[in-house]
Formats: sequence, structure tokens, C-alpha cells
Amino acid sequence: MISVRFLVGWWLAMLLGVAGAQVPERLSEADVRHLLGRTGFAPSPAEVAPWVGMTPAAAVDRLLAQAEVATPRHPAPAFTAEPVHVPYGQLPDEAARRQARVRDRADTRALSTWWLVEMRESPTPLTERMTLFWHNHFATSEQKVRQPQGMYVQHLLFRRYALGSFRDLLQAVARDPAMLVWLDGGSNRAKAPNENFAREVMELFALGEGHYTEADVREAARAFSGWGVRRTDWQATFQPRQFDTGPKTLFGVTARYDMGSALDHILAQPASARFIVDKLWREFVSPTPDLRVAGRAAAELRANGWRTSAALRVLLLSDPFWAPATRGVLVKSPVELAVGTLRQFDLALDDFGPVEALTGRLGQDLFQPPNVKGWTGYTAWIDGATLLERKRFTERVFLALENGAGMMADGARRGRLGPARVAFDAGGWLRPLGAWPDREPDAATASRLQAAVLPVPPVNPVPAGTVGLPYLRAMTLDPAYQLK
Amino acid sequence: MKLHRRHLLSLAACAGLPGWARAASVVDRVLVLVELKGGNDGLNTVVPYADPAYAALRPTLALKPDVVLPLDEKVGLHPALAPLMPLWAQGELAVLQGLGYPSPNLSHFRSIEIWDSASASDEYLDDGWVARAMAAGLRDRAHFTTEGVALGSAGPGALRGARAVAIGNVDAFVAQSRLVRSVDGGGSPALAHVLRVESDVMKAADGLRTPPATPLATEFPAGAFGQAVRATCRIVAGQAGQGGVPVFHLSLGSFDTHQQQAGTHAGLLKQLAEGLVALRAGLVEAGAWDRTLVLTYSEFGRRARENQSRGTDHGTASSHFALGGAVKGGLIGTMPELERLDATQNLVHTSDFRQVYATIARQWWGVPPEKVIRGRFDPLPFLRA
Repeated sequence: MISVRFLVGWWLAMLLGVAGAQVPERLSEADVRHLLGRTGFAPSPAEVAPWVGMTPAAAVDRLLAQAEVATPRHPAPAFTAEPVHVPYGQLPDEAARRQARVRDRADTRALSTWWLVEMRESPTPLTERMTLFWHNHFATSEQKVRQPQGMYVQHLLFRRYALGSFRDLLQAVARDPAMLVWLDGGSNRAKAPNENFAREVMELFALGEGHYTEADVREAARAFSGWGVRRTDWQATFQPRQFDTGPKTLFGVTARYDMGSALDHILAQPASARFIVDKLWREFVSPTPDLRVAGRAAAELRANGWRTSAALRVLLLSDPFWAPATRGVLVKSPVELAVGTLRQFDLALDDFGPVEALTGRLGQDLFQPPNVKGWTGYTAWIDGATLLERKRFTERVFLALENGAGMMADGARRGRLGPARVAFDAGGWLRPLGAWPDREPDAATASRLQAAVLPVPPVNPVPAGTVGLPYLRAMTLDPAYQLK
Repeated sequence: MKLHRRHLLSLAACAGLPGWARAASVVDRVLVLVELKGGNDGLNTVVPYADPAYAALRPTLALKPDVVLPLDEKVGLHPALAPLMPLWAQGELAVLQGLGYPSPNLSHFRSIEIWDSASASDEYLDDGWVARAMAAGLRDRAHFTTEGVALGSAGPGALRGARAVAIGNVDAFVAQSRLVRSVDGGGSPALAHVLRVESDVMKAADGLRTPPATPLATEFPAGAFGQAVRATCRIVAGQAGQGGVPVFHLSLGSFDTHQQQAGTHAGLLKQLAEGLVALRAGLVEAGAWDRTLVLTYSEFGRRARENQSRGTDHGTASSHFALGGAVKGGLIGTMPELERLDATQNLVHTSDFRQVYATIARQWWGVPPEKVIRGRFDPLPFLRA
């Protein structure tokens, strides 16, 4: 039985181990699970196998290279190809507006579901994780944009620049119609400046608090004036007459800034590269950026034309990333928990509606982050309500499989998750780990199972006599399953 | 003979303590925090309708004197708050005017952090002010079922750092609590967090398992806020004599009204008023209103001058409500002067929000205010002495 004292001791020992070189020469199975789990979703045993034995540099380079050229596997929902919807304000009456709201909600759900399927099936999950990273970084919600197609257009932007130039992405996002609507950029005129976008560019998108003044916000807002959104075809427009042509003083330098030069000047501030790197660190490595490595990554980011891949490569090949103490120190987001569970157990699902609903209940409605700061993440994902909902999800999946149509001749299990049918090749999944659907694992097998499912040893021992699927279910109910 | 607090209170009752103090010992009191998310426009909530500067600053948004609900000859409530007027008449509603803090921060996130943690503008504290009150002695006086319950989707806010749980649906919460096992312990901070939440869930579920003997007859508004109010009343009604839950956190919003504010704001205030009236009815029915204090708060008020989009931008000071059977109704403090705005064209606060917390710490919970809020803050007279 693994005691809490053991866990604490284990973790302290790992902490003390940080000092020396930690990057492995060749990747073990555990190393591959760590790398794939952090840069994608929890991997299945089959997904892990091809990477074992590679050097970390070769593996990271392959991950980044593949992710940069990836394209979606499925066509986007049909509505994305239709003409944009008429804005609510132009609809004749309340009944028409109500109908439009119902349609927009359905479209947004379809879009989220499509994306979740991409995440589940993608051979390059890092593309999806980076796209999600930017969605959270430039958090924009359909609830205000009221144009699901506009959210799709923005999504394509995040996908296109997923690992590419952050500078180009920032310039593009500033002119993205959904962002112009979301932060009132479309109503920022020379005579009536609206500071919303200018403030968030500095606080949340490029610099962070403490690295700008209220005067910088006011002046930048003037530089961003003149932009609008043409609702008929969802295009950003620039109206010179609404633009403040006067000189502006930004970070102590006076010039006739416009949107492009103001954003470049913001990125030229010393704090900008570190701001992005620290956010990447908290997403992919740990809650606390390492000063030395983050500084190196920031320098690489600037030296490589702001390519995010260059910064991420430094983080993924750093000692802190590989240190044993870094395993299991992050919390799976709802999307990572849901998609990760499906990928980890190689579960087949014929309807992703229940998964879309689940991520919403767990606090991560795609295309509807709670506010411009995005999802807080980390331990904020887990409170009394969401922890129970998280556990209920994996419990329901396994109970459905256990109580479903019984074991098929080929060892496959089937069950239902609400309207969805779920299937699991229990025999095929367990066999390579030396386990069987109808046999209690011995000690060696149990530790292989645990390593395949949990990032750190389980807190609660699985009760004696637990066999096959219930054994897997018990592990997903362990507190350690919430971590990555 | 060892004198217990209860004995002291019953002795004090003879000496003429007010009703709410007789009704309950400190540990049976209920604080309901209602967060108006997004920055509520205080000037169009508690309206300085007689001030010509108000109409001048807000050509389209100013409420006409004939529609506001006058509280005196200077200020009145937004008409959507009409359901609160009976509470005002009964002296159960205090209006706390001009609450804010020095060097206000106009970011939603930082400013709500300042309110929740009761920090200064340039001070970063991890725990909420309620957690510090628990640590300052409140925790030792009672075996609370759980120290706080946050209902709905907002984070723990002022409860951060306390043994609090967030709950969507009470029945589902109790049913699903079988999925956790209470283990204290460590590992990484992330694992420690999960274990702590498990332990909190166990404790909270133990206390919530018993439903109220008779279901509440009060009707609650539909919608998320009304249902959070319903859950609050249900928990309070079900915990009679059990030590209970001392603090609730509810939220409503978004009040982030940059554009076309009027309709949105009226709708939100209506929800607020109807929810608060239902909260009163439910807690009266549960026999708990006399020992309840409800407090609204928000990260900031909004810019005095309306913007070109018939909305308002991020501002500073704002008025808030304290209500309950223990409240001494009336206008408290002074309305900021509309003709003396700060460099960002914002209102200058007249009372510090930490004075409200200091009042609650000292008079409501009887814990030393300086352990809850750093620095000295004079109490405000919104509780019956």
C-alpha cells in the first residue's frame, strides 16, 4: 500500500534531484509518455511505442516539424461555408433574434464538437494544443461576437500561426473581426477612443501588468483607432477618417503610430518575449518558470523572428522539463481530461456531443472562455463540483463498458455514453502490458498499468481482488489521474 | 464555572442586546457575498438624480428624476430595483456609498483580486479575506460543516484559501461525493490541491446530506442566479443547529457594459433585486434572516461619463448594498462628487471597501480586524449595534 508519507518523500526526493542534468540520452517509455502527454494529450501505449529510444532532440524536432504542417482531418461544419449571419441588431423582431440565438448556439456546439474530434484523432496533437493555447491567450467568446463563422475564421488564424511567428499572429489578431467586436476595436474612433483592446494588448496579450502605464494605454488606443468590421462579409475595414493621425507617445517614444507600428513598438519592449515564454512554460512545463531557461527561450524567440516553435524547443529540451520532479505537477484541463481519456485508452466514440457537453460542465466551453483573461487553469480547474464531475465521467465510461453488451469474441467491449456508443478493445489494450481483462494483475503488471495510466504513483491503492476493467476504472478515479 | 459563549450571549440578552445578537451565536451567522461580475455601474444603480452634473455626464444613460425610486432628496435607486423598496422601508437595506480604494486598478482581474483578498492596490495576497477571518479565530470557535460554499460558475473569490467548496447542484453533489476518499497529504502542490478538495467535499457532503425537514415554500426565480439563491436557502434551512456553513458566494453578471448599456443593465438589476428578495423570503422561512448579512460587491464601478457607444468604461468607486435582519438600514457614507473626478476622469472613493470588511470582522464575527485587513480601517455603521 502506497502511503501518503511515501508520496511526499518521493516528491521531495524528486525535487532534490533537479540540480543535475536531467535530459535523458534516449527516451524511455515513461519519458515518451511525459513528452507526448505534455505536448498533446495522454497517449495510448500504441502511440508511445514508436518514440521509445529516440534522442529527445530528434523527438522534439519531429514533433515540432510535424505539427507545423498539419491540417485538419475532417471538413469543418457546413455552416462555416455559408454566408455570414445577419447581425442581431438588423433582425426585424424578438422572435427572429431568438431564432438566431438558437441557431448560433447550435453552430458553436457543432464547431466545438468538430474541434474535439480533431483533437481525438489528430496524428499531430501538438497542433491542436497550440491552437487551444492561442484561443486561451487571445480569449474571445462567441457570447459577445455572436457570429460562429467569425469564431471559425479566428480559429483558422490560431491554427495557421500555431507554432509560427507570434508577431504575425498578434498583428493578424488585432485585425481579426471577432477580436475587433470582442474588445470593441470596431467602435474605437479618433474622437471617441475606446481603450478596451489597447489595455488588453498590454495586460494580457503582449506585456503583462507592471510593464506599461495608463498613459501608454490611452496613447495606444489612439493608434488603434479607425478600424471597424463590415458585417456583410465579416471583413475588417480601416476608415482613415476615424483614425487619429496625431503624434502619440508610447513607452516614451513619440511618433505617428498606427496599429502596425504600435504593435511592433509594444513587442520591442523588453518584457514582451519573456511574457510569452512564461505563459508557454506554465502551459507545457510547470507552474513556475525557471529564470535561466526562460531567458534563453525568450532570446531564441526574438532571434528567430518570433517563431513560437523556437521558444518551445528550448523549453522541451531543458533540464527542468525532464526532471522527475516535473512529472504530474500540472492539472489536466477539461479538454485534456476528456480527449486524453479517449486517446489514452484508444476508445472509439461515434458521437462527440456528450464530450462537448462534459467539457462545458467542467468549465471549458470551447469558443466561450469566461472572459478576456481566458481560463485560469492549473488548480482553478478543480473545485468540489468539477472534481466530482471529472470522476463521474471516467466512472461512467468504464461502467458503460463493464455493463455493456458483454465481452465480444474479439475481446472488445461496447457500451453507451448518453447518446454515444463507446467501444474499447480491452484485450488489445491490456495484453501488451501483460494484463488480461479477467485476471487480477500481479505486482509487476500492476506497476506497468499504473505507469501507463498515471503520471505519478496512485494515492489510493486499488482494492485487492480488482480485475481488468474495474482496475482501470479505479485508477482513473485516483487523484493522480487529474494530473499530467 | 467555565462560561461558554452561548451562556455569555444568553446573559447578554437580558442586558438588552439587539434581536440578531440574541438570535444566534457568532458561529451561526450567515454571510452571503453577491459578486456583481464585470464592474457594476454604481451611478446608475444608486443614482444622484438631483445632481445636474449627473445628467450632463450621461446624455443618454442618465435616469430621469421621475423614474428613480428616491431614497432621499439627492439619491434614488434604479427603477429595476423596485422589489428592494419594501426592505428599504423596513430598515433592512443599507446603501454603502462611494466604496473604493486608493490607486484603483482598472483591470477586471486585478481589481476583483484586490477586493477578494482585501489587499492594497500594489499588494499581492494569495488568500481571500474570508480565509483570513477563519484563521483569525473564527475557525476555532466552531465545527463548520464547511467554511464556505460558492454556488455557480464563479471561482472561490473571497473564499480562496478557506475550507470551501464550489457546488453546482446540491443533490448531485451529495450523491457524487461517494467518488472521493478523504486523504490528507502532499506531493506536488497540484496533487495537494486535489487531495484537499477531496477532503473538503467529504466534509461538506456529510453536512449537506440531511435535507430540510419540510421543503421551502418560497418560489425562486428561474435562471442561474435564482437557482443559486435557492440552493443557498436550502443549505441554510437544512443545517439548523449543525454549525453549518458561515459564508456563501453567489455571482451575477456580466455587468461589463461598454456598449448599449441601458437595457442590459436594467435586466441585470432586475435579476439582482428579484434574487435578493427571494433570498430574504427563503431565509425568513428557514428562520435565518435575523442572523444573515448579505453584501454586494464588484471589482469597480464605471466611468462617470458615458462613452460614444451608449455604454460606460471601466471606472472606480461604486455604491453597494448590505441587507439582512441584522442591518441598520439607510444611506451610509457619502456619494463621490461628480465634479471632482480623478486624472482618469473617474470617481474618487469616499469610503474604503476594507472598512466594510473591518466592520464585518469586528462586529459580525468578533475577530480582530487587523488580522483580516492589513492597516487600520474605521468601521461603517451598517449593522445594528
